[in-house]
Amino acid sequence: MYSKILILYFPPVVAQNAVVCYLTKKFDLIFNILGARVSNKKDGYMVLELRGTKSNYQKGVSFLKDQGVRVSTAEQEIWRDMEKCTHCGACTAVCPTGALSIKRPEMEVIFDQEKCSVCELCIFTCPTRAMGLYSKNTDEMMV
Amino acid sequence: MTSYKINKTYGEINDKIKKGDAVVVTAEEIIDIVKEQGPVTAAENVDVVTTGTFAPMCSSGVFINIGQFKPVIRTTKTWFNNVPAYSGVAAVDCFLGATATSEDDPLNKLHPGEFNYGGGHVIHDLVAGKKINLRAESYGTDCYPNRRIEKTITINDLPQAVMCNPRNGYQNYNCAINRSDKIKYTYMGTLKPGIGNANYSTSGQLSPLLNDPFFKTIGIGTRIFLGGAQGYVTWSGTQCKKDVQRSLNGVPLTPAGTIFVMGNLKEMSPEWLVGQSIRGYGVSLSVGLGIPIPILNEEMVKYTAISDDEIFTQIIDYGYDYQQGISKSYGQVSYAELKSGFITIKGEKIQTVPLSSMIKARKIADLLKSSIKRGKFLLGEPQQMF
Ligand code: SF4
Ligand code: SF4
Repeated sequence: MYSKILILYFPPVVAQNAVVCYLTKKFDLIFNILGARVSNKKDGYMVLELRGTKSNYQKGVSFLKDQGVRVSTAEQEIWRDMEKCTHCGACTAVCPTGALSIKRPEMEVIFDQEKCSVCELCIFTCPTRAMGLYSKNTDEMMV
Repeated sequence: MTSYKINKTYGEINDKIKKGDAVVVTAEEIIDIVKEQGPVTAAENVDVVTTGTFAPMCSSGVFINIGQFKPVIRTTKTWFNNVPAYSGVAAVDCFLGATATSEDDPLNKLHPGEFNYGGGHVIHDLVAGKKINLRAESYGTDCYPNRRIEKTITINDLPQAVMCNPRNGYQNYNCAINRSDKIKYTYMGTLKPGIGNANYSTSGQLSPLLNDPFFKTIGIGTRIFLGGAQGYVTWSGTQCKKDVQRSLNGVPLTPAGTIFVMGNLKEMSPEWLVGQSIRGYGVSLSVGLGIPIPILNEEMVKYTAISDDEIFTQIIDYGYDYQQGISKSYGQVSYAELKSGFITIKGEKIQTVPLSSMIKARKIADLLKSSIKRGKFLLGEPQQMF
């Protein structure tokens, strides 16, 4: 399962909802609208989480582009919920960049966001679900 | 009969605890104390050594009595947030196991499954005071005509909730590698192919059962820290093995002893009972467990003074072997080596990955130490040894 948060900019002529519904009908993609400004006269935008197989995702995105929709990926980043993290260390098995590492001798698990490549491998490896994917600018865009 | 220079009884130590005079240190602190003072002086000075561990312990669960309804019901099936609890016991009793998955969980149909919610999570939500959907069914009898109930509850609505874990606190455990060419998602975490990593799960020198390798002070009735409350060792655990290979210091070289523990869930806290979603494997519960070891004599202080470099385990392959029931060792490593971050297998440097939280284990040992010092936690003298 592949999942990305996208920002879609619609020119005034494109019927936003109809185009988005086609993503499900034609490409078997699941979407989740995180935020939108819909307008018939002016251009509008939509922040969308899109899920499906990687190839369907790619087909869906090129379909959107063909319809005149400008697609950009929301800047995403990984955060650790410090309240939840138990410092078990399980995530360090999969983190390819060393963003998640262990401070010795305390055995405290450190998360260095600078080193994170947002590969998302830690999200479902963390048994406590302390690692999450967040959109960098969602707050601003939703206003 | 061995004769010791230092001889203390449970009663004497408890009297000191009640007066606030007991000397209590953690299983990490005792290491240097014994090195500096020698075992006899250390045993004279120290009364209790505290241990701790925090890791997924799958063999955990809760006996729950859900209370009666009008008309009355003899439940045959019970669910908490859609997670089934075993109901083949009396009228409104059931057992909610930590590894039970939610009824609508896709499991491993899309491998590796995510296992987002199950028994371990319900237990965490209960102790966190969250609202839980309770549903139960029955076939109906003359005396219990009700066939279906559904209600939103919190832990306060339950007449009884007793944690009852048949196998906790494993005394030593395998170090897991994967020799195959495919990634393996196991209860020992994610194992990368071609021996990409080596996972282990222990608090080592702080681990309860490694500090009393022959169960000389841990038996039925030992009072323990369980999930943030005071609980008890109520039996030897399932798969408990004492007849194993040991190092000269007596510490088992392979998985060995286990304990059966119980406690009142209503007194426990969400910090020490955390639901776990183990990718591709299932759900579980991380349990905070701590045992105070009474220093009855110099022999006990020697056991508690063991350090990570003197505790060894075996490297086992979860790529091909484990599935076939083969327990061939690919080498013996110490927990000091494992905790260093790398071990060497056949000349290759392999990254090591812990699954058990040392940060939490240390906190448990510290909490136990302070509650004993303050006279809030007395030793439970075992009524029978295993
Ligand atoms: S997203 Fe990838 S790189 Fe970033 S912390 Fe998680 S595993 Fe490491
Ligand atoms: S796996 Fe999750 S809980 Fe464990 S150390 Fe990593 S982020 Fe923390």
